[in-house]
Amino acid sequence: MADLTAGPMTTAEIRAEYDTMTRRKRLYGGIMLVLFVAMMMAGFRTADGRNAGSFRDGITHVFDYPAEVLSEAGEKLALLPGHFVSFFPALIETLNIAAASTLVGLVFGTLLSLLSTRGMARWPAFIPLFRRIMDICRAIPEIVIALVLIFLLGGGPVPAMIAIAIHTAGALGKLFSEVNENASLKPVEGLESAGASWGQRMWLGVIPQVGPNYVSYALLRFEINIRASAILGFVGAGGIGYELKNAMSWGQGRYDEAAAIFLLLFITITLVDQISSGMRDRLIHGAKA
Amino acid sequence: MTYLDAEFCPVAAKRDMDHLFWKKKLWSFALPALVLAYLAYVFVAFDMAGLWQRVSLQNAQTLVSDTYSYKTHVTRDNRNGDVSVAIEGERKGAYPDGESPAWVTLGATSVIDLEQGHEVRFGPESIEYTIPGYGLVRATPSRSKGVQAELPPGEVPDWISVSKNRLAVKTEAGRLTVTRNRSEVFRYFTGWELFFFTLDSPYHGLGLVELAQRAATGEAGAIFNDFWTNKMWRHQDVAWAIVETLLMAFLGTIGAGIIALPLAFLAARNFAPLGALRFAMRRVFDFLRGVDSLIWTVVLARAFGPGPLTGALAILVTDTGTFGKIFSEALENVDDKQIEGITSTGAKPAQRYRFGVIPQITPVLLSQLLYFLESNTRSATIIGAITGGGIGLLLTQAIITQKDWEEVAYYIVLIILMVMMMDWLSGWLRRRLIKGEGGKVKRRSSAVGKPFVLP
Repeated sequence: MADLTAGPMTTAEIRAEYDTMTRRKRLYGGIMLVLFVAMMMAGFRTADGRNAGSFRDGITHVFDYPAEVLSEAGEKLALLPGHFVSFFPALIETLNIAAASTLVGLVFGTLLSLLSTRGMARWPAFIPLFRRIMDICRAIPEIVIALVLIFLLGGGPVPAMIAIAIHTAGALGKLFSEVNENASLKPVEGLESAGASWGQRMWLGVIPQVGPNYVSYALLRFEINIRASAILGFVGAGGIGYELKNAMSWGQGRYDEAAAIFLLLFITITLVDQISSGMRDRLIHGAKA
Repeated sequence: MTYLDAEFCPVAAKRDMDHLFWKKKLWSFALPALVLAYLAYVFVAFDMAGLWQRVSLQNAQTLVSDTYSYKTHVTRDNRNGDVSVAIEGERKGAYPDGESPAWVTLGATSVIDLEQGHEVRFGPESIEYTIPGYGLVRATPSRSKGVQAELPPGEVPDWISVSKNRLAVKTEAGRLTVTRNRSEVFRYFTGWELFFFTLDSPYHGLGLVELAQRAATGEAGAIFNDFWTNKMWRHQDVAWAIVETLLMAFLGTIGAGIIALPLAFLAARNFAPLGALRFAMRRVFDFLRGVDSLIWTVVLARAFGPGPLTGALAILVTDTGTFGKIFSEALENVDDKQIEGITSTGAKPAQRYRFGVIPQITPVLLSQLLYFLESNTRSATIIGAITGGGIGLLLTQAIITQKDWEEVAYYIVLIILMVMMMDWLSGWLRRRLIKGEGGKVKRRSSAVGKPFVLP
């Protein structure tokens, strides 16, 4: 208001003010940039210093190992199809771990998300509790639960499945509750007035609205879970990761097997990626006529 | 509109309706049935039924009791009669020779008070355990005759096991094992042992008030040093491990963002004039993403050795692919009008990008970077367990030893706190940096908009 009573500013004044503002903004931006670069450099130096091999030595050898593997695989090219067949069951196990944990996670994630959304919750007083449960499920890396369960249950697919399912339930639960917030509550109210129970209200009133989004998120999660179950195999949970670890620790002489597993994993991940992104596109935008 | 023109035929309409309902019914039953059938298959494939036999209850018990309690071992070497006291039976937690906690009286006959009337005496010849409500158990170990046990008359209860060479008594107050070569008493305590100071530190067993007083009189440095170099819990190493993990996530995510941004321009339809280059760039992104972070970790660990740098590079390579894809999609969605406006003022190409394009994609860019920073903290824990760096390594090591479950519990708590803190931090930064994504704004609920949330 002061500006209006003081009369209009001259162009020179506006210009001067604009210039100082720009200069200040640039200065702040510059300081931030310098700080940021310094942080990156310091971080890199620390990481480099605490690493067993230094970046400078390693960077020239990055392709040594892939080259070794590929050359041995190249020599034994004829064996590759046989390896594909022999490792296929392990791949199926990895896929099963991912699929089963996604399904279980989907069920629990749905429940958790419905229980923690305002307007849909069965016990509104406990919404914060279910939110915290979701947060904790999401925060635990799969490997933690998997390793503890491997100690209790012995190696195998079940520990990995449970571990991934817990994380999936938390992650999907959070995404689902965002979806739920956008869902209309009118069908729920309508069903309630007709005397429907909580389960019926959710199943008939909410799920049809949010179903496509849920499935699309679950597909996304499935992709991620394949990677996770491969990694967990590496620490002893069975599946293709376990085979990879065996082939790798054997070293030279079984590199053709390692190459076959690399290829299988790569093809599977790419394929599932493509299929699921196509399906997700259809789910969200509807089938293309 | 065709319906109105055509003659309405109730029979046909009913048939259509029935068909529709039949289809819906089929779907609503077939889908759950399929899922159930799949789960049943998995149940068989994973051998869930056999799982219950493999569950190790013993392990579960150790795990749970170890996470909230610890035991002190009082050990007598039966060959020479020496008695030593050590927490968890570890050398790191051993009492110096001739010293013992208050409940152990060392001497020719060492008396171990297990409270509630339970008392164990390590005599010169024999070991005696007074159990209230049962009586006196005496065991005499010798090289030639094994362990000779004398129990009160009557049936041997199931918490005592006697054999020729071994006597084991397990009560709620503690545990006594006598073999030919040594006798050992375990007494259980609640809590995490020696968390702040180990036994060789002068500050062990001091109260908070006294510690504060000593710190005020100039011993703060020494106190902190003793805590920091605690051999049992290795606070220094743990702190460094967490720093390493966060470093992996930070360097990997930000580095991937820096590399992916210029490459994304080459892969975006409206910025790359060359179709072949665009195609090649996209395949590179797909390749980086498709070769999983597991494989990158394995390959890079061969070149760089174990450590945080390897983990950071593995995250960097995988996420370069992901970011490249997300950023190029964001670039294809930019509004041309803004760029036209900048061009009309006579801006050079660099200025056009700086002022016309970057401001438009900054929100997507930042929010994705921050999302990934948080989720990569989790990935860094996992990658650390494989390459050997950070808190993931400490966790796997602690689990592999299968006895330090209190440390495992401690690491798990630290990891969860670390991830939740990063989650909170990234959310806070997102709200601060990106206007419009603040609290109450209804978010888009389409999964297509954000292709790879939360790996």
